Amino acid sequence: MNDKAAMLKLEKLSRWAERLIDPRLQARVEALDTRLNEFGVDPWGFDPRYLKYALPLGALLYRKYFRVETVGIRNVPAGRVLLIANHSGQIPIDGALIVLSMLLEAEPPRMVRSMVETWVPTLPLVSYFFPRTGQIVGTRENCRQLLDREEIILAFPEGVRGISKTFSRRYQLQEFGLGFMRLALMTGAPIVPVAVVGAEEQIPSLLDFKPLARLLSMPAFPVTPFFPWLGPLGILPLPVKIRIYFGRPMSFRGDPDEEDEVMMPKVKRVRRTIQRMLRDGLKVRRGIFW
Amino acid sequence: MSPRKKTTSSRSSRAAEQRPIVIAGISGNFGRLLARRLHSDVPLVGIDKRPFKGKPKDVVHYQVDARRRRAENIFRHHRVRALVHLGLVHRPQPGRPLYREMNVAGTIKLLEYCRRHGVPKVVLVSTAAVYGPGPTHSNFLTEDTPLAGVADYPELQALIEWDMYAQSFFWKHPQIETVILRPAHVVGPHVRNAPTNYLRLQHPLTLLGFDPMIQLVHEEDLIQSILLALEPGIRGIFNIDGPGEVPLSAVLKELGRRPVPVLQPLAKALVRRLWNMGIGKFPPGELVHLQFQCMVDGSLARRVLGYRPRYTLRQTIRSVL
Repeated sequence: MNDKAAMLKLEKLSRWAERLIDPRLQARVEALDTRLNEFGVDPWGFDPRYLKYALPLGALLYRKYFRVETVGIRNVPAGRVLLIANHSGQIPIDGALIVLSMLLEAEPPRMVRSMVETWVPTLPLVSYFFPRTGQIVGTRENCRQLLDREEIILAFPEGVRGISKTFSRRYQLQEFGLGFMRLALMTGAPIVPVAVVGAEEQIPSLLDFKPLARLLSMPAFPVTPFFPWLGPLGILPLPVKIRIYFGRPMSFRGDPDEEDEVMMPKVKRVRRTIQRMLRDGLKVRRGIFW
Repeated sequence: MSPRKKTTSSRSSRAAEQRPIVIAGISGNFGRLLARRLHSDVPLVGIDKRPFKGKPKDVVHYQVDARRRRAENIFRHHRVRALVHLGLVHRPQPGRPLYREMNVAGTIKLLEYCRRHGVPKVVLVSTAAVYGPGPTHSNFLTEDTPLAGVADYPELQALIEWDMYAQSFFWKHPQIETVILRPAHVVGPHVRNAPTNYLRLQHPLTLLGFDPMIQLVHEEDLIQSILLALEPGIRGIFNIDGPGEVPLSAVLKELGRRPVPVLQPLAKALVRRLWNMGIGKFPPGELVHLQFQCMVDGSLARRVLGYRPRYTLRQTIRSVL
């Protein structure tokens, strides 16, 4: 009996919470092309019900805090796509914003699957919050199967090298991994180059204190004007203005099992394109915060 | 007539059907179920050290150890059409090493008899647990995934050894059609294995902050896959997946259970303590299934065997009730 009352109360609470949510956001979640089973999840553990609550928060961050502008989002074709972007800013907010841009601005809205690190499943709460909101552990097999399902995958070929670099090397693309190109060749998915301008300044790392990073088994230990001096507060990103540029889709042909030397020129073409987009984006930018 | 009957009788010739199928491990819960489903269609011979309670009259049961000479006589006297080996152990029990039940040595002997006496088909039922749950795994593991198992679960190691021996047999003897089936968690009204024991608890323990996606296979669907594997021409390793994937929490909710979330390190210590004292029914090595997912890509079986789960996700979950 007691349980029933509690359930009713919970239901009332969730109805009340739902009223707070912008109906336009709800409509966008419902417009997603998902293939859910009778329990409301897809085979990869994505559950749009989680998005209903996560998306309004994300939208706030996207629209009010970072005031994101996108250019060329129509360049993202329907069906399978590999979004290849530059990685920056010490914490992967750029990934979240690209995912949000496709949810909030693309027509029709689409769920981008970003590839998360293998420590994600080992953390309580995070372990299921990430998959329920559509994020997947980044293995090549996962990427291949998702692309075969006509999904969008977001990958940062620079990886940690990109996100952890110091402020002095901002907007200089680090070395690209080759995996994404093999994946594109294997699945025939077009590559859409993406340039994120602004995220480099969100947490300007003056120095990467490597010995401490190793000690804490972190990818980097950034020393910024605010971190570690202000403690955890210091890791809060500055309210920088972020612009996301989507380039024209690039298609590649070839044998995915070729030697690295054969892969390199193709990868370099993508890297050059993103570098050029970054340069162009920086040229038109007037300030960091507006 | 069930559709199952049609598939067995239409494709294989009448003469071949008179040759019996040997089921190793016939006295287990799943073995008895399989025998009851098959015995009216094909002559069955069972090998199991345990007695076969409620044996159908037309099943010939040899209560012998596979390693004894008498076991080979079975293959000498019957012109065996196929060996179905139910390697998957349904009830790991405290204090009894699984490898003894698994009887890797016995399997080696049985496969040797098959080779010596020209048995054309061997179907070995392994389990998807041999891949082991882990944070670095892909969501849907394919058949060529290394069998990593679980680090501190020695009992599973025997099963992996068993699976690997079956694989080497597959490669060494191309004249024998060897099939290895690796089903996800098998559930059903007759099955008593670690997953079903867990799902039958009123207050199952869960790990706080973890809710892995799981696959369940209905016992009848596993039987279907075994029948499909017995078809002439089929050989290889096949994952058998279920009708879909669900979070563990959704399964427990569907069954009306009241889970008790416990911090992972605490749960581990608790389950191990209980197991060692002989009270706990839950092998500590299985705990990791509540933390990480261990799902398989069943597309090969669907393509090559034509396997389709007949039970829906909801029916499969509710089958343990």
